[in-house]
Amino acid sequence: MPRPAAYRPPQVPTVDEVAAQERAARLASRSIKKEAKVEGLTRLIAMLDLTTLEGADTPGKVKSLCQKARTPDPGSSQDHPSVGAVCVYPPMVPVAREHVEGTDIRVASVASYFPSGQAALDERVDEVERVRDAGADEIDVVLSRNAFLSGEYARVHREISALVEASGEKHLKVILETGELETYDAVRLASRIAMDAGADFIKTSTGKVKPAATMPVTLVMLEAIRDYYRETGREVGMKPAGGIRKAKPALRYLVMVKEVLGDAWLTPERFRIGASSLLNDLLLQLEKEQYGRYYSKRYLSLG
Amino acid sequence: MANICRASRKDFRNAVVAARDAHDGWAGRSAFNRGQILYRMGEMLESRRQAFVDTLVETAGYDSGAAVAEVDAAIDRLVYYAGWTDKFAQVFGSINPVASSHFDFSVPEPSGVVAAFCPQSAPLLGLVSCMAPIIVPGNTVILLVENDAPTLALDLAEVLDTSDLPGGVVNILTGSREELRGHVGGHRDVDAILSVGASTEERTILEREGAESVTRMEFRSDRSPTEWRADESQSPYWIVPFVEVKTTWHPVGR
Repeated sequence: MPRPAAYRPPQVPTVDEVAAQERAARLASRSIKKEAKVEGLTRLIAMLDLTTLEGADTPGKVKSLCQKARTPDPGSSQDHPSVGAVCVYPPMVPVAREHVEGTDIRVASVASYFPSGQAALDERVDEVERVRDAGADEIDVVLSRNAFLSGEYARVHREISALVEASGEKHLKVILETGELETYDAVRLASRIAMDAGADFIKTSTGKVKPAATMPVTLVMLEAIRDYYRETGREVGMKPAGGIRKAKPALRYLVMVKEVLGDAWLTPERFRIGASSLLNDLLLQLEKEQYGRYYSKRYLSLG
Repeated sequence: MANICRASRKDFRNAVVAARDAHDGWAGRSAFNRGQILYRMGEMLESRRQAFVDTLVETAGYDSGAAVAEVDAAIDRLVYYAGWTDKFAQVFGSINPVASSHFDFSVPEPSGVVAAFCPQSAPLLGLVSCMAPIIVPGNTVILLVENDAPTLALDLAEVLDTSDLPGGVVNILTGSREELRGHVGGHRDVDAILSVGASTEERTILEREGAESVTRMEFRSDRSPTEWRADESQSPYWIVPFVEVKTTWHPVGR
């Protein structure tokens, strides 16, 4: 069999750093109130990847996370949607699978030696296959920053292609870990390589590195998705993750998605937010909109 | 003379968030350390004694004798409550005789976030007399100030800022209490409300709005500056409305 020609990353436009920051700041200045706010908050719940990625995760903790994913606020008179997915470490996939059975909630698992990705490719592929067979619907893999930062773009592409293949029919999200890529140009290039290799989603961060998701970096990635869509017609999803804890910034991300990619991306199939404590703040704001009184976290479960 | 902020519903909301964030840290400090900080407030106020006297004369219309008396009383009051921080639990806690083999004891714990409508009179001393007993057991407080000399409240904020008081423990809002009272009463993250000099109408509003979240209410009448200076205006019993008593049954023996 002839070897396929080595992948060469296409020229990506350079990112004007100041312009990206200004644009992100401009989009963050919109005022969203009343009906639009309620609509946005409700959608955000359905777009949430409720996440627990700690060394201290236990089956009990994952079970309670799944409970919260199914019924975010049992005490509320409002009919909140369930969240988009629960995101856990590989050993917790069967536990999560069992506790979201019979709902629309998807099980996402990190794999490929999250969060560093520092392992041989066959080990990383092996983990993706195991997670796939354990019943995860979505698999979050990490980009090999080791390869990317040493300029081995063909290797990055080959590795992600292998992970995409290993994931089979499952949704594959590629985590760029933008906090370690240093520049917006690098983010833009990494986004393109991941999409070329067949990623279904690109995701900002593992949540283990600061800075995690920021508005400008998400904007750069959204623009990469837009340009890729115009060029190839393939719709790639976006998932900012890490550091989004309050409803107000989360709404700003929605504004940005709408402005860059349009309404087609404002669905859980195309846009997700990876967070854990954000859910309670969304619920607080929804209760406030419903009753006109500020609510307290004491009435909500931990999270 | 000055432009004074007129706090809105959202300013109050932000103050509650700050107070809630600060609560665990403040309540978690040792009682002795809270006492040290209250004592420090007294010292810092004393170091600015003349400035406060002048302000009372210039903006609140006090004669100089009354102004000196009010500032000195405010300093003494901070020192008075500083002493109570590590003593009130002994006085108001108890060991309870029970029939079973348990060691049963009750300790007062802070209520949480307290909103306080401060007195109209005695712009400095009234404020201190409301604030100090609330923060003694580890509560955090939002002081709502509406009187003829609100700049004194802001001067007091400078004193607090230089007293090692952690941010968010005391939050001062100047504004119209008529505008704010409905929101204060209805805010479900407020654990207790002190209202000094409430009209019947205000009392009704606060009690109605606070009923759903069972907010503790303490109503006191306003006093004249002379009465605020008197010993009757300071008491460990003023701490008690802002604590919750926790009783523990500890198995012993056999």
